[in-house]
This record gives sequence, C-alpha cells and structure tokens, in this order.
Amino acid sequence: MNKTATGFTKKLDIPTPKEKLRHPMDRYLRTERFPHIWCATCGIGTILTAFISGLEKSGLEQEKVAVVSGIGCSGRAAGYLRLDSFHTTHGRAIPFATGLALGNPELKVVVISGDGDLVAIGGNHFIHAARRNIDLTIICINNFNYAMTGGQAGPTTPIEANASTAPYGCYEFPFNLPYLAESSGAVYVARWTSLHIRRLAKSITEALLKPGFSFIEVICPCSTLYARRNRLGTGLDLMRFYHDNALIKHGADTREIDIHYQDRIVVGKFIDKDKPTFLQKRDKFLRGKLGDKFVPYKGPQPI
Amino acid sequence: MEADPIGVATGNHYIDGDHACAEGAIAAGCRFFAGYPITPSTEVAERIAERFPKVGGLFIQMEDELASMAAIIGAAWSGSKAMTVTSGPGFSLMMENLGLATMLETPCVLVNVQRGGPSTGLPTLTGQADMMQARWGSHGDYEIIALSPNSPQECFDLTVTAFNLAETWRVPVLFMMDECVGHMTEKVVIPEAKRLHVVPRKYYRGKKESYRPFSFNGSAKTAPMVKTGDGYFIHVTGLTHDERGYPVINAETQDKNVRHLVNKIRDNEEKIRLLEEDGVADADVIVIAYGISSRVALKAVNDARNKGIKVGTLRLITVWPFPEKRIRELAATTKAFVVPEINMGQIALEVERASRGRAKTLLVPHAGGWVHNPNDILKAIEEGAA
Repeated sequence: MNKTATGFTKKLDIPTPKEKLRHPMDRYLRTERFPHIWCATCGIGTILTAFISGLEKSGLEQEKVAVVSGIGCSGRAAGYLRLDSFHTTHGRAIPFATGLALGNPELKVVVISGDGDLVAIGGNHFIHAARRNIDLTIICINNFNYAMTGGQAGPTTPIEANASTAPYGCYEFPFNLPYLAESSGAVYVARWTSLHIRRLAKSITEALLKPGFSFIEVICPCSTLYARRNRLGTGLDLMRFYHDNALIKHGADTREIDIHYQDRIVVGKFIDKDKPTFLQKRDKFLRGKLGDKFVPYKGPQPI
Repeated sequence: MEADPIGVATGNHYIDGDHACAEGAIAAGCRFFAGYPITPSTEVAERIAERFPKVGGLFIQMEDELASMAAIIGAAWSGSKAMTVTSGPGFSLMMENLGLATMLETPCVLVNVQRGGPSTGLPTLTGQADMMQARWGSHGDYEIIALSPNSPQECFDLTVTAFNLAETWRVPVLFMMDECVGHMTEKVVIPEAKRLHVVPRKYYRGKKESYRPFSFNGSAKTAPMVKTGDGYFIHVTGLTHDERGYPVINAETQDKNVRHLVNKIRDNEEKIRLLEEDGVADADVIVIAYGISSRVALKAVNDARNKGIKVGTLRLITVWPFPEKRIRELAATTKAFVVPEINMGQIALEVERASRGRAKTLLVPHAGGWVHNPNDILKAIEEGAA
C-alpha cells in the first residue's frame, strides 16, 4: 500500500514490462518462435487465435491435445502452438494424425492445414479418414491457392480466378469442401471465414468435443498472392468482402454451397450428427465376434 | 527386457517367412500395424490382422502405402512400437515418409518382401532389386539399417532384432525379405518369452522444461523420446531443425542435423553389423550373398570345395550399413569376391568399391523371377580362383 499525492491509498498493481507483454493466450503459444512467418493481413493468425479460444472453451486438457500439420502456409500453424505438435510431409497430416490418435486414444488430435495439402495431395487420406470416422478435428484453411510456393492454382481455386499456373484464369471445377466432407462420412461440418472469429471459435469448441471426424473449412484472405493477382484489394477489402458476401445458413444443403469467384459464400454449421468412431466401432464389433478372446488396444506401452 | 508373453507364440511351427515375420513383430512388442495389401507381402498383414485383436494390438488397413508409412510414424510418436509391410511398388511410395521417419528419428520397422521390378514387374515372383532403393530411396542424405533374412526362422528372429535396432538407434529399420524367403515354409521355433531379448523404448525422465527431442552431440548419443500427451509440448518437423525440434533454415544447422543422422549409423557400423562367415580366412574366393541367394550359393560353394577350390562365404545379415571395413580386410587376403544377387548388380558395386581393387569382384546377376542356377555361381567361383 502506498500514499498517493492526493492522499488516497492505492494498491500498486502496475505490471512489470515483462508481465505487460504477456497475453492470457500465451500459454497456448510458443512465443519464443515469434515473429511468425505469415504475411501482414494473412488470415491464418486470426484463425489460430480462434482455435486457441475454441480450445480453451472446450475444457480439454492442454496436455492431451496434439496438433498435426502438413506443408504450406497453414502447415506452419503446428509450429506456433504450445501443444504436442507435428509438422509432417505434404498431404500426409491426416494419416500421421490417424496413427497418433489411434496409437493413444486418450489424445484429441487436431489437423490444421491448407486446402492444397488436405484435399489435393492429401485428398485420398481426407476421404478415407472421414469414411472410417477417425476421431480427428480437421481445420482446413482455404485461401484458394498455393501460397507458400507463390500463388499457384489448386483444388479450390474458383473458375475465372487468376493464379500463377492459371495465368489466363482457372478453368477447372473446384471442390466444394463441406459437400466432400459430408459425403465421405464426416459427423460435423462447418464453414466460416476468418472474419467470423467468434462463430469459428464456437465451431472449433463443438468440433473438438465431437467424437469422430469433424471438419471446419475456414475461408482465409491471401492478400500477398491470390488477392494481388486478382486485384481484389488489401486485407481490409477482403474482410469487407466477407462481411458483405458471407451468408450464414446453418443446416444448408452442402450440395448447394459451392464457392464461385467473387460470389456469395454460404457459411454456418451444416452437419452435426452422431456415429460411432473407428475405435468404438472396432472394439464393439471385435468383442462381439471374439468374446473373451478379444484384448482391447491399451494405448502406448507404459514407461 | 523380456518379451511380453501375450505376444509370444512359443513352440514349434511349420510356417512361411511372411507368417514368421508377423510373429516376430508381435513377439518384439509391436502393437500398431498400418499397411496396404500387396503381393508377396500380404500374408504378414493377414496374420497380424488375425492375431492383433487377441494380443491387444491395433491393426488398420490404410488407403495406400503413403498413408501406411505416415500412420506408423504417428503411432510411434504416440508411444507404440509400429510396423508396416509392403513390396516394390508400395516401397516406392513409402520412400516419402521413410525420409520423415529418418528426419524425426522415429523407431519403426518397414518390411519389404521383394518381388521383380521395375514397376509392377513380377508381382508373384522373387527379386532382390530394391537393395539400392533401400539405401538411397528417399531424397536427401541419411544412413539406414537394413536386414536380410534367409529363412523363415530368421524372419522371426531378425524381425525381433529389427525392432531392437530401431529402438537402440532411434531409426526406421528396413527388413528386406524376398519372395522366396517370404513364401518358403520351414520349421520355425519360437522360444519362451523370457528367452527373447526385447529393447524397450528409451524415455526421458528429467525436468519437462529441459527436455530436447533431439541430441546432436556426438554420434553415439541419441536423445530419449517422450510420449505425446505427457505434457512435454514437443515440436518436431521434417524441416531441418535444432535440438529443440524447431526449424532453423541455414547451412550450419543443416550440417549438425545431417551429420548426426549419418554418423549415428556410420560410426557405429561395427556395433550394428551382423555377418555370417565361413571359411574366409584362407579362401581364394569368397562368395558374398544375402537372402535367398545365400542359400542357393551354398550348392555352388560345396561343389567348388569338392573340386578343391578354397572358397569361403560371407553372408550379409545387415546389408546396410555396409560392412565396408570387413570387406576391405578380406580383400587383402582373397583373390576374388563372387556376388550372386537377384538384380543386375547392386551390392556387387559396394563390394567392388569396398575392396578398392585389392580383390576382383565378380557379379552373378539375375534379372528376377527365379533364383540362380548354382552352376552360374560355380563358374564365377572357378573364374575367381583361376
């Protein structure tokens, strides 16, 4: 306690410079690795913040959550999260995460990666993990192009959009990711943009607490490459575009929510259903067939 | 430590190499298997699919070999002993994540029951033409351990050894069978669990803050691991990294990282080395062989001995790391090495390189699909002795 000049007593609670810099979310981040590699106005940082908020609200133990990324801008997310984190090979985040999640069923394993990583080179793994209903939460950051390598066209690039390998515009049909996820067997499917941070965080909490293959697509601005090549303006212009063109439609039929070039983006929670996970189904099935002879997998060998 | 008795099928069996390999894995404590069916390795996966639910193992058939290899690395980091099995075309796909396993120093076992190639080649017939792919198949610089069994009994014994080597050196270990050994049925004796030596994973037990997932100080030292979920908040990456596992993209870190991957095997070649030698001390000719070819060569060696030729044999049980020093020693005392292998010359190149011109190297090639005619090997022995 200290006397102030005006005579009132006041508790000295001025934070030290170090404390001043500490953000309540820092415990989820490897702050020693900052500054991060992402461009100014990139949406990945915002999505990471939403992820941390969603994770905190989920009440899951920080120790029991692992994150796996593939390769690309979004693939670097694992490296900044203070969780057990794995930066793997291009396209193989999901099968790596499958091994990790099945290897230790106590874990909640999250995959954070990009659209090129998850549904082009990793597309086969995506559909099969969904089909098996592996207990994974997949956060697919979709910036409509391969940004790490300089803005090439990818499986989500809309028709007409320009990319470095589509210099006259893209003419391939893109994937509609929520439809792909739903038809492959996902139990939870949502789409947001990096503008919808609170809704996204809520979806992330729901997905983390949902047993089985949950999928969230997040539309993310890439002002350095995608927006620049297509003259879509700055990061702020892109956020304004999301604000004006995102249409929240929970429960929308995923067949009807394709994304067209510079057109409305349907967002919301589309699917939320219950289905036994791979392990639940397996254990029940094998116990039924083998009876007492069945020895369930006990997780990793004890130390 | 002793093996867990639940996984050890103690007794005398009459099984083929593929089945024996599966039993070896289970005995060694492997409890996670991810794979994709491919001839002639499928029987390994089939036996594991049948046995695992009764011994507390987890079998998953993945969508392809890329995924299988990735899954076993993930499982290994969860704390499981993990394995996958494949043959030529699948081996090619696994090269991608074999590199990741090497970079992350992940203990796991990859079995390749070799068939004839290239491409789809001879799905049902034998080959030994993936030996150089085993050494160099994934991109970048690294060293690898590869074993080559020549009987179903060895498929059992050496699969246990493969897991032990994987844990000792924190590396993926390649188990290079061939279709003949995989499909050959013989007596296999599985000992009691207490007689099986199994190397457990080396886990870190110190302060959480001071844990480093990698150690690049000295080639003999490999950092202990931790299990995902134990609160160490590890980060590992396929990028060039420091001891914390954090990516550092410069030549200095690359030097430390790659030298460690290479030297931990290269400097310990003699500790890892498994060879079988017979009559090499005063031999004029030494037949160097591995896998099924080592058994076919015995007929030629016996015939040559009956003709009065002093011929010895050297069987490579560990093919990689290559026993370069030993070959060089023998090159000083023998006239020629005869190398029969079911390829157009792979290990023969290494023998030639290691002998540095001190002894002749005579390759007896075979394109695959069947084993050598022993007379072809005999001819080479006679040529070498002349």
